[in-house]
Amino acid sequence: MSNIMKPNRKVGIAGYGAYVPRFRIRAEEIARVWGGADEGFPIEEKAVPGLDEDTVTMSIEAARNALARAEIDAQELRAVWVGSESHPYAVKPSSTMVAEAIGASGSVLAGDWEFACKAGTEALQASIALVGSGMAEYAMAIGMDTAQGRPGDALEYTAGAGGAAFIVAPKENSVADLEASYSYVTDTPDFFRRQHMHYPEHGNRFTGEPAYFAHTLNGARGLLDGMGLKPSDFTFAIFHQPNVKFPSTAAKQLGFTKEQIAVGLLSDKIGNTYSGAAMIGMTAVLDIARARAPKTMWYVARREVIDYALYARYRGKLIMN
Amino acid sequence: MDLARNWRLKDQRYRLEGTICNKCGAKFFPPRGVCTECKSRDLRAHEFDGHGAVYSFTTLTQAPMGFEAAVPYIVGMIKLDEGPMVEAQITDVNPSAVKIGQRVEMVTRKLREYGEAGLIVYAYKFRPIANGN
Ligand SMILES: [Zn+2]
Repeated sequence: MSNIMKPNRKVGIAGYGAYVPRFRIRAEEIARVWGGADEGFPIEEKAVPGLDEDTVTMSIEAARNALARAEIDAQELRAVWVGSESHPYAVKPSSTMVAEAIGASGSVLAGDWEFACKAGTEALQASIALVGSGMAEYAMAIGMDTAQGRPGDALEYTAGAGGAAFIVAPKENSVADLEASYSYVTDTPDFFRRQHMHYPEHGNRFTGEPAYFAHTLNGARGLLDGMGLKPSDFTFAIFHQPNVKFPSTAAKQLGFTKEQIAVGLLSDKIGNTYSGAAMIGMTAVLDIARARAPKTMWYVARREVIDYALYARYRGKLIMN
Repeated sequence: MDLARNWRLKDQRYRLEGTICNKCGAKFFPPRGVCTECKSRDLRAHEFDGHGAVYSFTTLTQAPMGFEAAVPYIVGMIKLDEGPMVEAQITDVNPSAVKIGQRVEMVTRKLREYGEAGLIVYAYKFRPIANGN
C-alpha cells in the first residue's frame, strides 16, 4: 500500500513569494567571539533580521509577493496559515496579523503551525487538502522563521532568518502542479524549547542520524516509491537544510546529483531558516521560470554584513533594563 | 496600553488603508469621513498602493518613550504617488543613504512593543524600492 497523499481534485501553486532580511553575519565573525572554528564552518554566513522585523513582518512581505504573482484578490483566500518556531507571541496567532495586513481578513481560516522545521510544509500539505477537497479555491501556506541560537552554541552558526509563502489553487489556475506529497514523522527529542525559554535545546550529534537523516531519507524514499519515480526523473530536488553537509549527504545517499540540489540549497548564504528552509529552496527553483515579484536570489544577494556587536543588538541578546 | 486605539488603527497601519471620495475621487490618508475637496460625506475605504518618494527626512537619536530600542532611526515625509503626504519611518537603509526624491515603497514592520508582556504594534514604514525581478 502506498502512503503518498494525492488530493481528489488536482491542485498546484498559483503564486509564491520569498523573503530574507538584509543583514548577514559571517561564520568567522561568530567564531571570532566564541572560538570553535577548528572543524570548519557549517555555512558561510546567515541572514539576521533587523530590529523592526519578525516572523509576522517577514511573512507579510512573502505573502504580498505571492499575491502579486498569483494576481488574485486576498479576499479569495480561504486559509492563511503560518508555520514557524519563532512566532512573536506565545498566545496570539501570527496568521491573523498576516491575514489582516494582506487584506484577507474575514471569511478565512487562520492559525499557526509549529513543528521545528516542518511547520511550513505541514501547512502546505493542509492547503493542498483544503483546495484538493473543494473546500477552498485558494489557500496560503507560509513557512517563516527568525531562529535563535544560544550565544556560543553550535546552533548559533546556522540559526538564520527567512522563508516563503505559497498560494495553492486548482490545477487550472496554477503555474506549477503539486502532484503528490508524503509525510514521515516520529517523536524524536533532538530539538525543543520549553515555554518561557528564549533559546531552544538540541541534541548535538543526536541531531544527525536518528533525527535529520532518518526522517529526510524515509520521507524522500516514501515519496519516490509511492510515485514510482527515481532521482534521475527530477530536474531539481530541494531538501531541508540545517547546514550544507546534511542535505548534500542525504541527496547523495538517495542518488541525487550536486546539480539537482544546487539551486534549492541556500543555507550556505542565509543559514537554516527552519520552517522556511525547504520552502525558500523551492521558491529559488520556481524563480528559474517566473518573475513579477522580487526573486529569491535578489533577497539572498541583498546583504549588509554586520559584526557580532550589532548582531547581538539586533537579536535581542543585550539586556536593556 | 491602548488596546482599543491600536485595534481601531490596524487597517491604516497594516496596509495603508485610507478613504476615497465617491463624488470627486479625492484620496485621503489617514482616512477622513468628509471630503475636504467637495465636502461630500460619501467616501469608501481605499488601500493605497504604497509607492511614493521621500519629500523630507530626519534621523532621530533621542526617541520618544516606547521607541528607544530603535535609535537611530529615520522619520520621513513620504509623498505618495496617489496624492497624500504620510509621515513614517524609513527602514532597510542607513541614514547616510537616504535622499530627498528617493523612490520608496510601503512595508509592514514592527513599530513598537509595550514592554515584555504587552502588545507588539505593527505599522507601515517605507523603504527604498525593491527591484528584485
Ligand atoms: Zn470629494
